[in-house]
Amino acid sequence: MSSTMEKPQTISFTEAYHRALDECMAADPGVILLGEDIADREGGGVFKVTKGLSTKYGEHRVRTTPISEEAIVGAAVGAALAGMRPVAEIMLMNFVTVAMDQMVNHAAKLRFMSGGQTSVPITIRTRTGAGGGTAGQHSDMLEAWFAHVAGMKVVIPSSPADAVGLLASCIFDDDPCLFIEDSMTRAQTGPVPPPGHRVPLGKASIVRAGKDVSVVSYGRPIRDALAIAERLAGEGISVEIVDLRTISPLDTDTILQSVARTRRAVIVHEAPRSFGVGAEVAARINEHLYGELAAPVLRVASRDVPVPFAKVLEQEFLYKPSAIEASIRQTLEAKPRR
Amino acid sequence: MNMTQKQSLAPATLLEIFRKALLINLVDERMRSLLSSGRLAAVYYSPRGQEIVAAAMGVHLQPTDYLVTMYRGIHDQLAKGMPLRQLCAEYYGKATGTCKGKGGPMHITYPAAGIMVTTGVVGGGLPIANGLALASQLRNDKRVTVCTFGDGAANIGAFHESLNMAALWKLPVIFLCQNNGYGECTKYEYATSVPHIADRAAAYAMPGVSVDGNDPAAMWHAMREAVERARSGAGPTLLEANTFRFMGHYFGDPGAYIPKPEYAAALARDPMPACRAAVLASGAATEAQLQELAAQITADIDDGLKFAADSAPPDPREIDIDIYAGARA
Repeated sequence: MSSTMEKPQTISFTEAYHRALDECMAADPGVILLGEDIADREGGGVFKVTKGLSTKYGEHRVRTTPISEEAIVGAAVGAALAGMRPVAEIMLMNFVTVAMDQMVNHAAKLRFMSGGQTSVPITIRTRTGAGGGTAGQHSDMLEAWFAHVAGMKVVIPSSPADAVGLLASCIFDDDPCLFIEDSMTRAQTGPVPPPGHRVPLGKASIVRAGKDVSVVSYGRPIRDALAIAERLAGEGISVEIVDLRTISPLDTDTILQSVARTRRAVIVHEAPRSFGVGAEVAARINEHLYGELAAPVLRVASRDVPVPFAKVLEQEFLYKPSAIEASIRQTLEAKPRR
Repeated sequence: MNMTQKQSLAPATLLEIFRKALLINLVDERMRSLLSSGRLAAVYYSPRGQEIVAAAMGVHLQPTDYLVTMYRGIHDQLAKGMPLRQLCAEYYGKATGTCKGKGGPMHITYPAAGIMVTTGVVGGGLPIANGLALASQLRNDKRVTVCTFGDGAANIGAFHESLNMAALWKLPVIFLCQNNGYGECTKYEYATSVPHIADRAAAYAMPGVSVDGNDPAAMWHAMREAVERARSGAGPTLLEANTFRFMGHYFGDPGAYIPKPEYAAALARDPMPACRAAVLASGAATEAQLQELAAQITADIDDGLKFAADSAPPDPREIDIDIYAGARA
């Protein structure tokens, strides 16, 4: 873990999540962790993110729970109502389905339904993503479900530095946050952020500036888009990349400002295409910039099918980096409307 | 608990319970009257018949103790100290309501009296009660959390997850099941596999107690034991208070699913006249004093309803407030 290594030049996603949890637990005794297998007695979590934390902070603050997702999230909600800042871990995102009542009916709405008398400052960390052969119940990207529920914040980092800063911001935010980690890229590394690094919620980031087309994305596909943009730069195609970072509340201003400049947009996400975040982003671009667009807004996403097991089928399901490049070229080849 | 031995109560305690029960009873009567005459438009789940359960719970709790209740919860809220003005104004959807008109009858919240959550989802409160109790345990603040729910909620997954976790962690929580014989419109026996909800406590190595919830003494003693257990750090209790629901599931429920003889037998055991008679017999109050008490409560209800009537509805702009922390969504 990063805390025990000698000043690494880079940090992995797993180390980033650990570091954010460590920093927040050190800063506030009200930060507690709840989740399956998360204490060191159980190995510090299936993905080792919490390894060392129960030894450092005690098992009263880093609590291995029964396999009871509804009780885990509910306990976090209750402790938050009492003023703590619990971080609940739902091992894999598909398992939110058995905690939906707590997440949707309670965590997201109690502030509003109580007229602001109570608040639920919880963070729910979860992990997902296709590509590892985990098939239909361990791979789904379900962020759009929660973006559809007012009161919940939905956050997905695309770099380890953002992972540290966004997770810390979620933990100290006064609203319920769903923090989604990508299964496939957890060992990837990036630059080490400074101590106490925070990334504001609700703010998208221009991770690469360009003038010809805006790629609007978040999470894993950001790295694909960066590589493609680098390659296309050699052809004189200038690609701007907007990393949403927070899915909800959506930073519409940054998206519109980028697309108003480039007049072209390609939206990319790992989640299935239909009724996804891409549809909402495309609608907002259309509502605000219809007359200024030089090409139809395009979407690149995964297929509208359950995530399959066999490698060849799983790859067929997933969004394709080649489709990102093809869509960028397609927007550039579109005939001007006038 | 020895169920065969009739327990006794100090006259003053009995009167304290009756005072809360009468408040509940008179508020409920007024709400139903307002609904019947069309002067109130709200979904309403009457607690008629369950007054003693809530009253005997309430007398054991401090304002700092936590309550998590449910849509049939007005009796629990009043017993826990919910002020009438803010309650009535919320029923009328007014800006002065305790939830600024955003929650309504099914989501009454009043943290100043420890009323933390009122859920509209059967069983949805149990996991949250654990979290409140966990916070108390970690802070060693000696607060107790009471979670009330019906017999129907004992059949939902959250009940089982929550009881297991509470027992495992010895949380200072009391699961108060108000068994009124019916889960919505389905009779207990047709929905529940065990004779008593309290039987299920054994599955979680938790004390389970089943009492006559209409008997103030039985209910008070059982509640005291559970509160002492929780406050002393000895862990949770599943307390089943057996009672009856006279007004059906929802206001306007014809209740045709309740056999007439069963209803008549329950009515013969109506806890309100019985408790009143017991208060008089105990010498804790005279007939005149009880009439005065009822008059005072009625005046308080009148005041609460007038406050609600005189209050403005929410500003339409209020819809964008309290979605997230800070002023606007």
